[in-house]
Amino acid sequence: MMESCDCIDPPWPGDELLMKYQYISDFFIALAYFSIPLELIYFVKKSAVFPYRWVLVQFGAFIVLCGATHLINLWTFGMHSRNVEVVMTTAKVLTAVVSCVTALMLVHIIPDLLSVKTRELFLKNKAAELDREMGLIRTQEETGRHVRMLTHEIRSTLDRHTILKTTLIELGRTLSLEECALWMPTRTGLELQLSYTLRQQNPVGFTIPIQHPVINQVFSSNRAVKISPNCPVARLRPLAGKYMPGEVVAVRVPLLHLSNFQINDWPELSTKRYALMVLMLPSDSARQWHVHELELVEVVADQVAVALSHAAILEESMRARDLLMEQNVALDLARREAETAVRARNDFLAVMNHEMRTPMHAIIALSSLLQETELTPEQRLMVEAILKSSSLLATLINDVLDLSRLEDGSLQLENGTFNLHALFREVLYLIKPIASVKKLFVSSSLAPDLPEFAVGDEKRLMQIMLNVVGNAVKFSNEGNISIFAFIAKSESLRDSRAPDFFPVHSDNHFYLRVQVKDSGAGIDPQDISKLFTKFAQCQSLAARNSGGSGLGLAICKRFVNLMGGHIWIESEGLGKGSTAVFIVKLGIPEYSNESKLPFFPKVSANHCQTNFPGLKVLVMDDNGVSRSVTKGLLVHLGCDVTTVSSADDCLRVVSQEHNVVFLDVCMPGVDGYEVAIRIHEKFTTCRQGPLLVALMGNTDRVTKENYLRVGINGVVLKPVSVDKMRCVLSEVLEHRFLFETC
Amino acid sequence: MEVVQMQRRFVEYAASLFREGFLDGQFTQLQQLQDESNPDFVVEVVSLFFEDSEKLLNDLSRALDQQNVDFKRVDSHVHQLKGSSSSIGAQRVKNACIAFRNYCEEQNTDACLSCLQQVKQEYSLAKSKLETLFRLEQQILTAGGSIPIMME
Repeated sequence: MMESCDCIDPPWPGDELLMKYQYISDFFIALAYFSIPLELIYFVKKSAVFPYRWVLVQFGAFIVLCGATHLINLWTFGMHSRNVEVVMTTAKVLTAVVSCVTALMLVHIIPDLLSVKTRELFLKNKAAELDREMGLIRTQEETGRHVRMLTHEIRSTLDRHTILKTTLIELGRTLSLEECALWMPTRTGLELQLSYTLRQQNPVGFTIPIQHPVINQVFSSNRAVKISPNCPVARLRPLAGKYMPGEVVAVRVPLLHLSNFQINDWPELSTKRYALMVLMLPSDSARQWHVHELELVEVVADQVAVALSHAAILEESMRARDLLMEQNVALDLARREAETAVRARNDFLAVMNHEMRTPMHAIIALSSLLQETELTPEQRLMVEAILKSSSLLATLINDVLDLSRLEDGSLQLENGTFNLHALFREVLYLIKPIASVKKLFVSSSLAPDLPEFAVGDEKRLMQIMLNVVGNAVKFSNEGNISIFAFIAKSESLRDSRAPDFFPVHSDNHFYLRVQVKDSGAGIDPQDISKLFTKFAQCQSLAARNSGGSGLGLAICKRFVNLMGGHIWIESEGLGKGSTAVFIVKLGIPEYSNESKLPFFPKVSANHCQTNFPGLKVLVMDDNGVSRSVTKGLLVHLGCDVTTVSSADDCLRVVSQEHNVVFLDVCMPGVDGYEVAIRIHEKFTTCRQGPLLVALMGNTDRVTKENYLRVGINGVVLKPVSVDKMRCVLSEVLEHRFLFETC
Repeated sequence: MEVVQMQRRFVEYAASLFREGFLDGQFTQLQQLQDESNPDFVVEVVSLFFEDSEKLLNDLSRALDQQNVDFKRVDSHVHQLKGSSSSIGAQRVKNACIAFRNYCEEQNTDACLSCLQQVKQEYSLAKSKLETLFRLEQQILTAGGSIPIMME
């Protein structure tokens, strides 16, 4: 029996068409459902970056199952068995499960997917921003490059005009300007003058007053300022009708001077002088000034300022150098002229020196000879006057020649090592005759720490000393003259009378201070300043009678100054004597073993051997005092002295070794002749025996022949001075012969 | 400066001695003989002179006191004294001695006695002056200065 089961109602016939359509739709749905996952898988495989793979698997499963359901649905249109039903149910159940799970998953996943999208948008925006920034940087770099290039161009020259011209040209090129102009302040500073423009070759000298609000605005800021094209500084080209003028920018260019640069702080732009640079964009271009362009303009303006100041400095230094060169040439010429003059003068002096001295010497020599001849008293007086005058004249000539050489600095000191103590002794020796004639006592005192040897110009120092001491003697008629010499310490060197004398101490120099005090006529304090001037003489009567050219002290002063010292005279007034003081700088000689300096002084007055080291001498004298004195004398001269007090002792002691025997021949009871004879008998030949010198008082009479007869070689009158003893010894030793008469 | 003042005083005193004839150039010579190797030469010689002179003066007094004056001896003593005093430059003593010798030759006792007085007087004057001079010298030396050299 074909009973209808409680499964599906038999289809009504109108439904066959509908069923057909459902059948076809299901089929296609299934097809689609199966193909979608395939597509998905395919594309997922293609893309590497899909993070939700297993979601797709789920989705795929869900779709596959849906498809399977629809596919199985196809069998349910007709009669179908129970198995189909079961499969259908299973499929549906699975589908349900998977789809629920998928739905649940999607709740989580879709926001994520959405955010991916947002991030993508964000990244795109960022990229766009970076792009923009890159653009900006590139522009800035371009600007920088332009600035560097401009600066290079500007600074590659030190010529002001080139700098400015180059600036305008390069700026015009870089920024594609229509016009670029530079207004410089005039000398008065009250107006700006158009100095340079880009397009016009030779700008006519427009000037506009500097006091303009726009100009003040520009000058007060160091930024590039946009100004109106109608401003007088910007009206450089005739406006062409209805065209829109381009934007104009003006910037100040400080004109720096050397004095603006302080050491520690950079130039404050308090300098009042500015130039004005005006830049115009092309008209009708709708271009606008960009920030980076303005910055470029500002930088360039600064660079131009620096370049201009360099150029200015260079100009100044070139000018100064030219001036210096001119001055050098002039100075050189003047120097050469002066040298020529000095040489001519020296030649003249040298010639005149010789020429004047020769006749002078002739006069002096011949007058001296004339003096020796037989003359009547009047003639003698005349000859003496001639001698005196010619000596004076000779001194004058020498002084003048010396002084003129001193004046122009052509005199040089002849430094050498000399015996300082000996110098003083010699001065005393030389001054003694004059002083004793005038019954003056001269004493000298040398400080114990005064070195024996010094380095300096001995001749000139002697000259100074003689001059000073000579003056002291000349102007004193009685009393005594004392000479003190010591090393000046620093306190005593700084004297109120010598305010501009600054002694400098050093290790191998010392300052010798010599004071010569006399008890003579004295000097009026008013005259003291005149003392050292040439040819000036004090007007006092005493001075007038003493002769002299008045040059002596002037020459002394020059010499003393050459020796790095100072000289002055103090006096308490007329009749109270005076003291001459001078300080000179002398060197301390260095001693080395080889260059052992001679230790005996130079005595030029007599040709005497000065010391007799080791000379063995025997002295016979019965008077104890005079024996000690004679012994002292001889010991002082370096001799080896033996003394005896009687003739017998003498004869006993005398031997071959003794070189000289001094016999006191006025010993009472002793015949000096006899002693001499007996001494000679002791020695076989006179040659081998000692030299005999007789000492006698000046009341005894003596004849030469008597002494020769007994073989006495010399006679000396007592009292004996050191010098006399010295001369006696050297004459006797040299010539074996000396006789001194009263 | 102290030393310079002392030196000045010394110089002036010495100058006065020379001026007044107590000393002559021979004394200067003695001063010149004094140096580092012989620092007390002058003092030594002068002391010797004092010793000698005193002895001689005593001998002279005794000789002239005698009844029979031995003029030869007197003369020889005076000769000695003259020699000594001239060696050291005691000028006035020497001059007195010269005068003395003349009277000795004349053998005039009274004159000799008065000469002796004179000589004694001159001698003591000279002695005291020299002693003062040495004192001044010593002062200078202790103060560290040097003795000025006098030249006539």
